[in-house]
Amino acid sequence: MEHLALDALAAFILLNAVIGMVTYVTLLERKFAARMQSRIGPYRVGPHGLLQPIADALKLMMKEDIVPRAADRWVYNLAPIVFLIPCVLIFATIPFAPRLGLADLNIGVLFFLAVSSLEIVGLFMGGWGSNNKYALLSAMRAVNQIISYDLPFVFAALIPVVLAGSLQMSAIVAAQQGLWFVAYPVIGQLGFVAFLVATLAAENRVPFDILEAESELVAGFRVEYSGMKFAIIQLGEYAHMIASSFLGALLFLGGWLGPGSDIPAIGVLWFLLKAMLVFLVVTWVRWSFVRIRVDQILAVSWKLLLPATLGLLLVTAFWVALRGGAGA
Amino acid sequence: MSEYLAVAIFAAFIVAFGVVSIGVAWLLRPARPDAVKLENYECGAEPIGSAWVQFPVGFYLVALVFIVFDALAVFVIPWALVVRTAGLGAFWVMAAFIAIVMLGWVYAYREGVLEWK
Repeated sequence: MEHLALDALAAFILLNAVIGMVTYVTLLERKFAARMQSRIGPYRVGPHGLLQPIADALKLMMKEDIVPRAADRWVYNLAPIVFLIPCVLIFATIPFAPRLGLADLNIGVLFFLAVSSLEIVGLFMGGWGSNNKYALLSAMRAVNQIISYDLPFVFAALIPVVLAGSLQMSAIVAAQQGLWFVAYPVIGQLGFVAFLVATLAAENRVPFDILEAESELVAGFRVEYSGMKFAIIQLGEYAHMIASSFLGALLFLGGWLGPGSDIPAIGVLWFLLKAMLVFLVVTWVRWSFVRIRVDQILAVSWKLLLPATLGLLLVTAFWVALRGGAGA
Repeated sequence: MSEYLAVAIFAAFIVAFGVVSIGVAWLLRPARPDAVKLENYECGAEPIGSAWVQFPVGFYLVALVFIVFDALAVFVIPWALVVRTAGLGAFWVMAAFIAIVMLGWVYAYREGVLEWK
């Protein structure tokens, strides 16, 4: 019973941490984007606009919730929650410092990969349930993209797994004690780049955001959503993005390792710093590149990324098998 | 097993968060629907017909190729775990398997399956 209460407490803290992080990361992104365009960004609400995310959340809560008459009410109303579950659930297996995570599953990476691609179910429900042509087209494109980019994503994420010989997140970090995986000659760098491209696409971020494509599909699958349901979809999307940044930092950048990381608090800081670095690279890409076409997206995935990640995985495995079980 | 219990509790909390926040918003928000507001959004024009029509998805064959590679991933994941201890023998077996699947990829490529039509 006591164990259960502890688990519940940990889950509660993690949920709040995730929501807090998501709200403030939206501010970070807006500030960063503004600076890239020589603007100031949110500034009015609170000092330096620090209260902006809270104002946004309150505003969205007070907004009228419109369900189109033609929509499939059940599917439409359930979609935001179905979308939210996998997007936040993937945080469950991420350890933020040694033994500081909700559940350090021995199949951590597999759990992350499996649950993270489930977001498509909620996304498609939203696109279909709205009975809106833009939303449906966007959902179809999203399915197309997820089946194209899930494989490079999985194979790129397996490169650190082969190097560490474990799917457990904490074991993967421990294996990077000597050298971060990104610093391994050739395989580390190429693997990290492939992983970044695949996550960009898996999160439907620019330049792979054809399912949102403001200029043709308005807002994609969430065009009919308003108020709190819209807020929940946005929250899920950002949570997914941040979780992927954490995964990237964990798999390739050594997780919480860094000078002084024996102290858990400093380890958490290192991990946050690395994850935010990955996130800022993603944001930087977003504000620097233009959207690419559907056929180009397919070509990048199937003709380049898939064979490349498979080849990299084989090279990594060959090297590891050659060195035998001595440990990295 | 208890770790999975923690994950389940976390999932329950996420659902609760979603339901409660939508519920609170339901108490706070105005609700003044009218005929035009409840119309589907189509950039201002009156929507013509329903969105639920049949149309060619364009990536049907890509989905088939995806299933092949997804099955490959199922075999690759356990192999990735043990290749360190299983050694070069395990590596060559998987290399041969991936080579066979990649022959299928070459065939799909040459048949033009991977092109968007």
